Amino acid sequence: MAAVIECGADIDTTPENHMSLKKTLSSASPLTLRIVAECSVTKARACDLVLPHCTVSTPVFMPVGTQGTLKGITVDQLEGLGCQICLGNTYHLGMRPGPDLIEKANGLHGFMNWKRNLLTDSGGFQMVSLVELSEVTEEGVKFKSPYDGKEILLSPEKSISIQNSLGSDIMMQLDDVVSSTVTGPRVEEAMHRSIRWLDRCIAANKNPDKQNLFAIIQGGLNADLRKTCLDEMTKRDVPGFAIGGLSGGEEKDDFWRMVTLSTDHLPREKPRYLMGVGYAVDLVVCVALGCDMFDCVFPTRTARFGSALVPWGSLQVKHKQYAKDLQPIDPDCKCPTCKRHSRAYLHALFKSDTAAMHHITIHNIAYQVSAGIAYSRVKVVIMCVFFFFTEFFICFKRADVSEKHLLQV
Amino acid sequence: MAGSRMKLEFSRVIQGRSRLGVLKGLGRNGQDSMEVPGCLLYTHFGTVPHLTQDTLHTLSNLPSVTQVTLSNIAEHQEVLEEFKDGFRKFAGLHDTLLYCSLHDPAAPCPTGYTTNKTVSVWGSGGRIELTVAKFMALQKIVQPDWYQSMADGETWQNNTSRKRVRKSVDRTLTHLDECLVVHQNSQELDGVEVFGVVEGGDILEERVRSARETAKRPVAGFCLDGLQTGSMDQTLRTQLIAAVTKELPEDKPRLLQGVGRPDEVLACVEAGMDLFESFFPFQVTERGCALCFDFNISPDPERAVLELNGGERDTAGETQPNGDHNLDDQTQMTSFEIDLKDKRYQDDFRPLVEGCGCYCCKNHQRAYLHHLLVTNELLAGVLLMIHNTAHYHGFFGALREALANDQLDLLKDRVLRGRGGQTERKE
Repeated sequence: MAAVIECGADIDTTPENHMSLKKTLSSASPLTLRIVAECSVTKARACDLVLPHCTVSTPVFMPVGTQGTLKGITVDQLEGLGCQICLGNTYHLGMRPGPDLIEKANGLHGFMNWKRNLLTDSGGFQMVSLVELSEVTEEGVKFKSPYDGKEILLSPEKSISIQNSLGSDIMMQLDDVVSSTVTGPRVEEAMHRSIRWLDRCIAANKNPDKQNLFAIIQGGLNADLRKTCLDEMTKRDVPGFAIGGLSGGEEKDDFWRMVTLSTDHLPREKPRYLMGVGYAVDLVVCVALGCDMFDCVFPTRTARFGSALVPWGSLQVKHKQYAKDLQPIDPDCKCPTCKRHSRAYLHALFKSDTAAMHHITIHNIAYQVSAGIAYSRVKVVIMCVFFFFTEFFICFKRADVSEKHLLQV
Repeated sequence: MAGSRMKLEFSRVIQGRSRLGVLKGLGRNGQDSMEVPGCLLYTHFGTVPHLTQDTLHTLSNLPSVTQVTLSNIAEHQEVLEEFKDGFRKFAGLHDTLLYCSLHDPAAPCPTGYTTNKTVSVWGSGGRIELTVAKFMALQKIVQPDWYQSMADGETWQNNTSRKRVRKSVDRTLTHLDECLVVHQNSQELDGVEVFGVVEGGDILEERVRSARETAKRPVAGFCLDGLQTGSMDQTLRTQLIAAVTKELPEDKPRLLQGVGRPDEVLACVEAGMDLFESFFPFQVTERGCALCFDFNISPDPERAVLELNGGERDTAGETQPNGDHNLDDQTQMTSFEIDLKDKRYQDDFRPLVEGCGCYCCKNHQRAYLHHLLVTNELLAGVLLMIHNTAHYHGFFGALREALANDQLDLLKDRVLRGRGGQTERKE
């Protein structure tokens, strides 16, 4: 069931689209999206996302370098693994070492010595997931600093100010984050507030010519709320949109529905960033649903526990069964770890040195960034997708992924 | 005496003691060599701590000999036995020679477990007792290029009795003889060399006896054990080394175990030592510090003026009293390094050491390292290990050059000048 390919940007010539297209192609813009190929069966597309530091090929998986470092991997290694954009966390870096110091160091790029692109989140999610939440008001989020117990207010203005100091290529708005398992009026309140906060963030951005501010679509698992949010936020002229409030433990069926609803109503010519989504199968499905950018701590975090990601799931290197296994983690993988080391050696090394973690991290990033995402641009051109869903059934075929595997995963 | 191919060729011998030269005839094919004085590449199970191949190979001039220890390897005997092709291949090590020692110099082990027939090592799962048979079985599956014979070195504690010291000498000689028997009858060890181990604690007569006796055996070189940092002060160490080397053949290399501090290395080279273990950069890394001591003695008029005018001197740590007798205190900072966790480095945007060409200094600043340490990030260990390794090996290069040009005193002066020196405090 090969898909018919459309190559090159399919330019819609209605006046308003023509205008917005002009905007995205304008040379003054710090972001340009060029659609290289689109699947006519699914909503998948392959693009060139042109950002200030370099061009990023989408679909893209962005590794998370929380505190201005990617868990034991040097920036050279990261570049070597094909990473073109990675994440920094505004909350963590805003605490330590703080925006003033990073500004002195020539921004986060200068501080880490990363020459490619950076995306920073707003700090909103960490505040909800990590710290004692004092209060969310219209002003912002008040919380207690874990380092000195002082009360801090993170407002849209403060978040943008920190992100301006960090100098990231893409900044996220501060949104009112609510877990997707929450229901009731809080969800609606958060959605409307996020819209108001978006406007405040846009106003607060000191560097619109260098830093791209993305909006974050909220609305929980409620289709009406999502739709309202989409209608409102797409009226704002932001360079890109994120789909937020998902990947937080909700049912998969609800999850897909919200993703596809969102991409249905987001402009085609702007990038769509699905926040916090990282398991390989989720990536595959969400690419088919029209998402371009993904991030997740999972691959790097799980590596430190000795869990290596492979096309058929994951491999717990520390388990006894690999003590004498002389194959590499994945015989088909071309990463530095698989080219040189066996499972047996890595298994043994975990008892002696932290470098064992680094080997797995390198492999997992390689897997996620280049292979695991399943669709290279070539594959977007010749693929179709398998889904098991109550409502519809799309067929997914990759040369090395069998039906059996999909059922397992 | 069975011919060993390993041979030390001298280019200089200074005052009959310090030796500069090349250790030739290394490796299974006898084609490899190593400059002395020099150090081995310290590893955990074949991996330089914190480093993968990419990060390791940012370093140029790595030692040609990698050190592995039975304390890391012993617990994996079964796997290696099944693997059959030797440790080097198992670890994915290419282009390096392999030296196998008994203990990890950076991990002093509990005492009291040595017997007449056994020594113990500690793996991740606990104590592993080694008889000569087991020790040699391990060497056969590791297949190093050379190894030290099994030895009883438990003499470094303060209250070691004379009787105990004598026992360690006797046992070590017995172990050596037994190892050699097995060695000579093992095809797997064809082309592999053995180093005898000289014991004797801090007792001169025992040291001499051990050296004399060991030198009678067909070994390719000598390890000096029981002299590690913290076991005695340098004066005594120098004395003992001088006495030992008198008994040893000139053209066989001498490896000093457990000594790595720059000042001690210099003193021991002067006393006649050739090879050292490079665990010191690892210890510095583990305490979040960076080696910064100066070993550059090439004339530089600009520098001279700077120093004359009391120009910016990098803070050295608190002076370590020479000869601290506490082996456990090897975690203490020395005057050869800076503590990057210190607040003063928070906004210091200079590289760790100005002029250092390592990956860390070329790409990163003190402020970033400070941040990584404060936030407990893994990258701190990676970057510090790269720098500390580069700096340490640079020191050995400078040492050889100083010997070649008769400038050892100048080097000593430069290296030691940091001690108790100007501490720049930012208030």
